[in-house]
Amino acid sequence: MATDTLHHGAASEPHEHHDATGTKVFGFWVYLMSDLVIFGSLFATYAVLMKGTAAGPTAADIFELPFVLVETFLLLFSSFTFGMGVLAMNAERVGQVKAWLAITFLLGAAFVGMEVYEFQHLIHQGYGPDQSAFLSSFFTLVGTHGLHVTVGLVWILVMLVQLSTMGITPMTRPRILCLSLFWHFLDIVWICVFSFVYLMGVL
Amino acid sequence: MSHSSSSTSSHGSVKSYVTGLLLSLVLTVIPFAVVMSGALSTATTVVVIAITAVLQILVQLVMFMHMNTKADEGWNVMSFVFTLTILVLVVGGSLWIMQHLHLNMMIG
Repeated sequence: MATDTLHHGAASEPHEHHDATGTKVFGFWVYLMSDLVIFGSLFATYAVLMKGTAAGPTAADIFELPFVLVETFLLLFSSFTFGMGVLAMNAERVGQVKAWLAITFLLGAAFVGMEVYEFQHLIHQGYGPDQSAFLSSFFTLVGTHGLHVTVGLVWILVMLVQLSTMGITPMTRPRILCLSLFWHFLDIVWICVFSFVYLMGVL
Repeated sequence: MSHSSSSTSSHGSVKSYVTGLLLSLVLTVIPFAVVMSGALSTATTVVVIAITAVLQILVQLVMFMHMNTKADEGWNVMSFVFTLTILVLVVGGSLWIMQHLHLNMMIG
């Protein structure tokens, strides 16, 4: 029995890193599911309050679809370039991983830049979150998503530094994988935002 | 065969990412084109937006996030389905209750 345990322990040794990575990534997946509930409650809030415009502007008055389409493309392509980065990591090419992450960062930063411009433009026109229940819930929902993307951008910068100092190690690999899930997840939340907030808003 | 399919499902490939990107682009352009052209009736447009959104979410879950029933003995799919149940309760329940509240307030 003792030998059996020992043998089992020795046999599982080479897989230990892989299992640890799998556990970390799955744990992060569970976090993303809880984050999804946060976004779900914000979507529900928006859906309940979207007609409460308090004689202010309606969704159809303030949304500009070509602008949103460009934002959507930026985030979609950044999701793709991050995927390419993960493939480069699987091929152990640290230089390519950093290049793809840098491109992802630029696309994500452009997205956040457009969103900040949109918010600033709305507030400048007098359509800030203090004007109506509709605008409050809109700024909360879209702003929470934008805040997540901003945190993702900071995380990408941290990983670029860690890839430069440590390279692709059992330490950095699960972090890149978790970040990739986070980034793809934000693109999926954005699908709901552009579909149910912007597109259905202007109908 | 089994080796290549398992490595594809857990890590993805250039092909799966490109396929995911192309499908996502098509599923993004369709609803924007329908809304911006105003070619269809409002009810049909809402259905088109909802269907393309759900399809694109599924495409990205499978092609980009590699959600599948094999990895982690299907626990990632299980947790996703559980989360969907919670979401239906939270979103559907909120809308249901608030609409009834709204109707009752109108009478009063």
